[in-house]
Amino acid sequence: MSSDLPVQFEGVSVQAGSTVILDDVNLSIAPGQPTMVIGPNGSGKTTLLRLCMGLSVPTTGRITWGGRDALRPGRLAMLFQRPVMLRRSVADNITYGLAKAGLSRKQRLARMEQVLSRVGLLELAGRPARRLSGGEQQRVALARALAREPELLLLDEPTASLDPAATRAVEDIITMAAQSGIKIVMASHDLGQVRRLAGEVAFLVRGRLCERAAATDFFDRPSTREAAAFVRGDLVI
Amino acid sequence: MSGSLGAWEMIVSGDATLYAIVRLSLAVSLSAVAIAVLIGLPLGAVLALTRFRARTALIVLLNGFMGLPPVVVGLTVFLLLSRSGPLGVFGILFTPLAMVIAQALLVVPIIASLSRQTIEDLWHEYRDELTAMNVGPVGRMSTLLWDSRFSLLTALLAAFGRAAAEVGTVMIVGGNIDGFTRTMTTTIALETSKGNLPLAMGLGIILIALIVAINAAAWGIRVWSEQRAG
Repeated sequence: MSSDLPVQFEGVSVQAGSTVILDDVNLSIAPGQPTMVIGPNGSGKTTLLRLCMGLSVPTTGRITWGGRDALRPGRLAMLFQRPVMLRRSVADNITYGLAKAGLSRKQRLARMEQVLSRVGLLELAGRPARRLSGGEQQRVALARALAREPELLLLDEPTASLDPAATRAVEDIITMAAQSGIKIVMASHDLGQVRRLAGEVAFLVRGRLCERAAATDFFDRPSTREAAAFVRGDLVI
Repeated sequence: MSGSLGAWEMIVSGDATLYAIVRLSLAVSLSAVAIAVLIGLPLGAVLALTRFRARTALIVLLNGFMGLPPVVVGLTVFLLLSRSGPLGVFGILFTPLAMVIAQALLVVPIIASLSRQTIEDLWHEYRDELTAMNVGPVGRMSTLLWDSRFSLLTALLAAFGRAAAEVGTVMIVGGNIDGFTRTMTTTIALETSKGNLPLAMGLGIILIALIVAINAAAWGIRVWSEQRAG
């Protein structure tokens, strides 16, 4: 099956009324190290990810997936800041997406057990998903995304409201996924997290792609004033 | 209070007249709710998941119709079903069927409004996730209906409570014919004015017990579902 990568942004802008959310973004997301999308709140990180997933459309400009104008359903997965748990058991939350992807019942159960043990939640399989803690829910959401074996996993600040231990658990799973060859694109405004996970960095300020660099270069030799301030830990607004 | 003593006697001894009336009432109201579900649930789901020009007006109208005066619904159905009315040829005025139709009309707005609200709230929550999973319109609809089934059941119980307790529509389109279209509520109205208090009170007690039981069931379902499905 042909790939949905690279995801190519060509002069992409998004406007809501008179507010510019993304401004003339040119970006290519290719297989490889995790790409961390960073920037202050309101800089357009979430919108960028939603565009990648096809959940939003650009006002102007063009996005292509593997050279095509439409993305192939099922090859991409996305995690939201607040995990969306269906009103079902943990196991049913995983198998639901697999049923939609056309797997047989036997395959679904096997895959469900495999991914739940991968995120360390197999013993909670029978519990109602909405009654788990925030960290556990995010791991269920990760398991649900990984169960569909995506080639691109988009993550929108998945640890923003988690404590350090839960954040560590989620980051470990993300690292594992990246090592297994899944392309990770993750929004974050936690510099420590970016250092831990990034292969490369896309830095957004007020809807503009301000800088795109390998993580080491970005942290050691930021080429714009805004990036330098962000790396120093100054407030970039 | 000889009336209340007589009422209990009728209930305990299984008085045939009393229980025939209870059976008819239940049959009419349950049928009405069943029909209203077939209309109201899809209507609510469509209103929750689609956007069209008259949508807001329709939602406001349905919300308003939740409080429809039963006598006005009765009058409308009466005019439709009367000999000179557009549906007069069927000759179903003053039959249980006419009462079923009238009560169904009365509770369709309740079921449609409450299910629209329930499904729409859940859709706001699920939208991104289901879209990201590439779930089509039919899959969305069935997922939302299934995942909100307990809230929807509460809506049905509310509709049944309303249908069973109303007197205006069944009085007008049923005609309160002894042994044929006489329900709990119309009997209570008639027998009270005749001074036959034991039967009226007996039916009143059963009606209240039913309404309380329905609300207890609704409450129980809610608690149970929250523990089970979150």
